[in-house]
Amino acid sequence: MAPFFIVGIIKLRKILAEHPEQKMTVALSGAFIFLISSLKLPSVTGSCAHPTGTGIAVVFYGVGVCSVLSTIVLIFQALLIAHGGFTTLGANCVSMGIIGPLIGLIFWKVLRKAGANVFISMFFAAAIADLMTYVVTAIQMSLNLVTSVGANFIDAMIDMLSVYAVTQIPLAIVEGIVLAMFAHYLATSRADIFEIADSNKINPFSTEV
Amino acid sequence: MANDKMIYIVGFAVVAIMVVGILAFVPGDYGGSDDAGGEEAEKYGYVPWLTDWIDAIYGELPGEIEAMLFAVQSAIGAVIIGYFIGTNSARKKMAAGAAAE
Repeated sequence: MAPFFIVGIIKLRKILAEHPEQKMTVALSGAFIFLISSLKLPSVTGSCAHPTGTGIAVVFYGVGVCSVLSTIVLIFQALLIAHGGFTTLGANCVSMGIIGPLIGLIFWKVLRKAGANVFISMFFAAAIADLMTYVVTAIQMSLNLVTSVGANFIDAMIDMLSVYAVTQIPLAIVEGIVLAMFAHYLATSRADIFEIADSNKINPFSTEV
Repeated sequence: MANDKMIYIVGFAVVAIMVVGILAFVPGDYGGSDDAGGEEAEKYGYVPWLTDWIDAIYGELPGEIEAMLFAVQSAIGAVIIGYFIGTNSARKKMAAGAAAE
């Protein structure tokens, strides 16, 4: 987690120094993670889960900055609500701030290259980032069971995926629709923001602005 | 413009139908999947090695207080998003006013 976080801090400082007009958009990206990750939504498995809201941040500023913004939200939750917690902060940041959003960003880039509009591209980027966050969580939990109690990885993975990933499918669709609508609003009112998004690199270690 | 409005109307309608439809037709206690993951791990014999530090201070955090703290988190995000939309539409109006003059 640390290398991504450090790169994210460097990139964030560069963005704010070279493009001070971006301050509000950076705050907006963080605000979406704050707002959407706080919602507990019902799902088809009869349980509730949180969406992640990382789609906007990763599409506009890349994985490094997304990991920094996600970590701020995770620290807020760990500090005040003991939700997530400090001992699992690294694992949560890897799933919610790094790997999930990275896969979402890849979808964004591929769809934009293929000529898809902002609405469709953001829908898939946000939904996939959300869903993959929970797939990574299931992998982390399964690996923990393998190393701590010697569980069979495949069995643990099937159980964890059924708890996390299946629950997350409708939530990922809802998150995709909400963020796609907001991206459409931005595309029609502040198209300049997407110039930065489209010049953004998939490489999480790039600090190019 | 009419097309834009249609996108927002259809989008919010789909979200509302999904959420209300799930609550109406899917039976369940709607507990958190985070807790369900922990319970699943305990079925394998996993024993958590640390309890929430906050429990030592408050005792177990009551559901109402937890909901209030999540609401505070939502509010922080919503205020920033609202501020952005407000300044954005004010900027658009000012630009339109300047162009008209």
